[in-house]
Amino acid sequence: MTGGTVSGTVPSGRPRLRLEARDQPGLLTHLAVSLLLLVAALFLAGIVMTVAGGNPLDVYRSMFGAGFGSKWGLNDTLVKMVPLTLASLGVALAFRMKMWNIGAEGQLLMGALAASGVALFAVPPDMPQWLALALLAAAGAAGGAVWGIVPGWLRAQFGVNEIISTLMLNYVALSIVQFFVYGPWGERGFGLTPMFERNTWLPRLTEFADQWSALRGLTLHLGILAVPVAIVCLAILLNRTKFGFEIAMVGDNPDAARYAGVRLRRTMIIVMALSGALAGLAGMNEVSGVVHRLLEHISPGYGYTAIIVAWLGRFNPLAVAVVAFLFGGLIVGADEIQSAGISSLLQGVILFVMVSGNLLIRYRIRLRVPETLA
Amino acid sequence: MVEMRGISKRFPGVLANDRVDLDVASGSIHALLGENGAGKSTLMHILSGLYRPDSGTMKVEDRAVSFASPLHAIRAGVGMVHQHFMLVETQTVAENVVLGDRRLGFRMDPSAIRDTVADLGRESGLEIDPDALIWQLSVGERQRVEIVKMLHRGARLLILDEPTAVLTPPEADTLFDRMRGMARAGRTLLFISHKLNEVMELAETVTVMRQGRVVDTVPKAQVSHRELVRMMVGSPVLFDVTVPPVQQGRKLLSLRSLRVENDRGQTAVDNLSLELRQREILGVAGVAGNGQRELAEAITGLRKLQAGTIELDGFDVTGSNQRRMIDLGISWVPQDRQHTGTAPNLSIQENFDLKRYRSARRGPFLDRAGQSSRAAALLAKYRVAASGRLQPVRLLSGGNLQKIILARELSTELRVLVAESPTRGLDVGAIQTVHELLMEQRSRGVAILLLSEDLQEVLSLSDRVAVIHNGRIMGILPRARAEADTIGMLMAGVVPEDMAT
Ligand SMILES: Nc1ncnc2c1ncn2[C@@H]1O[C@H](COP(=O)(O)OP(=O)(O)O)[C@@H](O)[C@H]1O
Ligand SMILES: [Mg+2]
Repeated sequence: MTGGTVSGTVPSGRPRLRLEARDQPGLLTHLAVSLLLLVAALFLAGIVMTVAGGNPLDVYRSMFGAGFGSKWGLNDTLVKMVPLTLASLGVALAFRMKMWNIGAEGQLLMGALAASGVALFAVPPDMPQWLALALLAAAGAAGGAVWGIVPGWLRAQFGVNEIISTLMLNYVALSIVQFFVYGPWGERGFGLTPMFERNTWLPRLTEFADQWSALRGLTLHLGILAVPVAIVCLAILLNRTKFGFEIAMVGDNPDAARYAGVRLRRTMIIVMALSGALAGLAGMNEVSGVVHRLLEHISPGYGYTAIIVAWLGRFNPLAVAVVAFLFGGLIVGADEIQSAGISSLLQGVILFVMVSGNLLIRYRIRLRVPETLA
Repeated sequence: MVEMRGISKRFPGVLANDRVDLDVASGSIHALLGENGAGKSTLMHILSGLYRPDSGTMKVEDRAVSFASPLHAIRAGVGMVHQHFMLVETQTVAENVVLGDRRLGFRMDPSAIRDTVADLGRESGLEIDPDALIWQLSVGERQRVEIVKMLHRGARLLILDEPTAVLTPPEADTLFDRMRGMARAGRTLLFISHKLNEVMELAETVTVMRQGRVVDTVPKAQVSHRELVRMMVGSPVLFDVTVPPVQQGRKLLSLRSLRVENDRGQTAVDNLSLELRQREILGVAGVAGNGQRELAEAITGLRKLQAGTIELDGFDVTGSNQRRMIDLGISWVPQDRQHTGTAPNLSIQENFDLKRYRSARRGPFLDRAGQSSRAAALLAKYRVAASGRLQPVRLLSGGNLQKIILARELSTELRVLVAESPTRGLDVGAIQTVHELLMEQRSRGVAILLLSEDLQEVLSLSDRVAVIHNGRIMGILPRARAEADTIGMLMAGVVPEDMAT
């Protein structure tokens, strides 16, 4: 039990310090560097905007104002945050195990489709609202789970690369949704289904305006409650349960996990099912809480943005939710200035800068090593 | 062609090359033979410019050289094909061949490159489609690409590090053919091997290494199997371990007629039967790659049996998976500590609980409090040098990593211990500790199967010694009759006359 302090043994302490410092920078370092990188990303994107003839400062000001500057803006940001968080948590869960599930978009769509099917055909108008919503949520989760299980099973059984299969399934899911909204479930060929019965709607804040007048006009729905619940559940699953420990083992070294008696295939399939279920719930939230019907463009790419969000949140549930909130604002802000291009540009640049920034963190720390020792 | 003098190279804790001299004649096929860890790869990495020697001099084609990088080596005509290929999977054969070739300018002429590569392939008999993408190729074909790459860069001396390790027997035969062809065409070939048969088949001259030193260099024609074995394994000085006399108990593990395949679907363990008693260490001696790994994996439930049965304490446990075998009390110290035995980025305490997390607490939740107290106790008991129980194990040295694994595997209610090369790469002090731990388990009634290439270790610890060759048991000798000589012969697949009855 000696050798605990680095300074005690200089020859062996030297490389150890270097490695530790490199891979385990403190929380503060992380935060500071992340913030710095964010500024750098905004700066880079600003250059692009300037070249394109815009004024980045104005753009950022109006975007920020739209997303976070008012009660209404915050309302919209939170509405976007719900599906984004759920899908991102799903992605983060799979990524923890190094299952590169980039199929959240498809899983979200299948969740939306399943929930819509239930809303349209299985819920009578006089069913109690709580029961109807529970049925919709279950259907949404199940729809997404199925879309996660398929690639999970293909990977577990045949070693099919999940990056390819989940990506492909995104397009399949979109086609299926299109088939239903233009075909059997469609209304006059507009690519949308009829409106659901009211008992399948997630209640909105504005419905409580009689008691609290400040809520009047707010479209945020009770799906927002799923966000803290999902964060807590996922954090417990990952950090406190045996299954979470198995995920960590597989993510770090699948051979060691197998050696330790983890049933690899089963774990992969379950993780993909849970991952898909979270995205499916996001889809259910959209149909039941926002548009109250299924339509072709039910998702503006939440499933893809979720990959970026999960990555930036370093697969940590709470951090993912924070990033999802910021990205919700980003989407709202981009809507405000009527340019979807800006949103993609910013997402892309931020991801790029953050990912390259990871390297920067390591290098910095490493360069500091000789000074510390000297 | 090559003249190396007094080459030494030290790694933390090991002297990998100790004043090595090596002479290789032009146009010959020269084998470098030795057990794992003898320092063969290290010596060749020095010759090919990957490592710099701590001391010593080298001459290539009569000119003194000192390579700062593989690039310098290849300019002097020395090229090496590594044990692990270094190819870009998504690029074509032709692109890989010219990759990193400084003689090419910035612009490339794809069709000329294709032609050159195709020509080189034809010339050397290593035909290969220059347009094929690497990921589409089999291992054997990838090896060809590596060789052609070196030829393209003008290698006159081609070094191959255990070239047959990844090949099927027919592929190996083809490779040998091509190697002979290249030698006839005037190139020099230097290949590393620990397989006697292929050395006898292919080489003209053999240099044997043991524990970082060159034992001897001999023309193949003047040496027998038996003499090579002796040079490889030496006459081991037994470790200083006390083997307390114990009364062996009842039969704990019986393996009957096991047949197991390796990852490539070839038979690795062939009709193998063994019995193991309480308080017994059964040593299985053998040159690496003769089925030890597959045998260990079969017993511990990680690998499927093609045939045969396994009985544990009288109960048939054939076909049980790893999880069940763990629960039944089969512990396993795997040979590959980093890739199988531990999860490198998880903490020490999590690695201690790699298996126990399931049984430490009922229900779905982890026993986190118990985890840290157990870890603290184990760290102290096994005297692991670490900064704390939360340190990721990848930061530990080999000896401490092995202590972590042993601590984990020995702190359960175990009945059978499968120990694969448990002291490989450790320093003397750590080896001593491991041996003592094994003896302690033996006294406690555990049945130990010790799979090791280290003859010294097997002879020092075992109550009985079985020798494995090509997946078969060549013979089993009680401790009193287990002579290094006889065992060495059996390891090489030769049954000595006095045993052949
Ligand atoms: N890069 C390295 N760092 C530390 N030790 C090493 C390294 N490479 C080899 N060794 C050690 O040097 C010794 C000789 O290894 P190697 O040359 O690979 O043997 P061989 O190729 O004969 O099996 C072994 O004890 C091995 O653990
Ligand atoms: Mg080697």
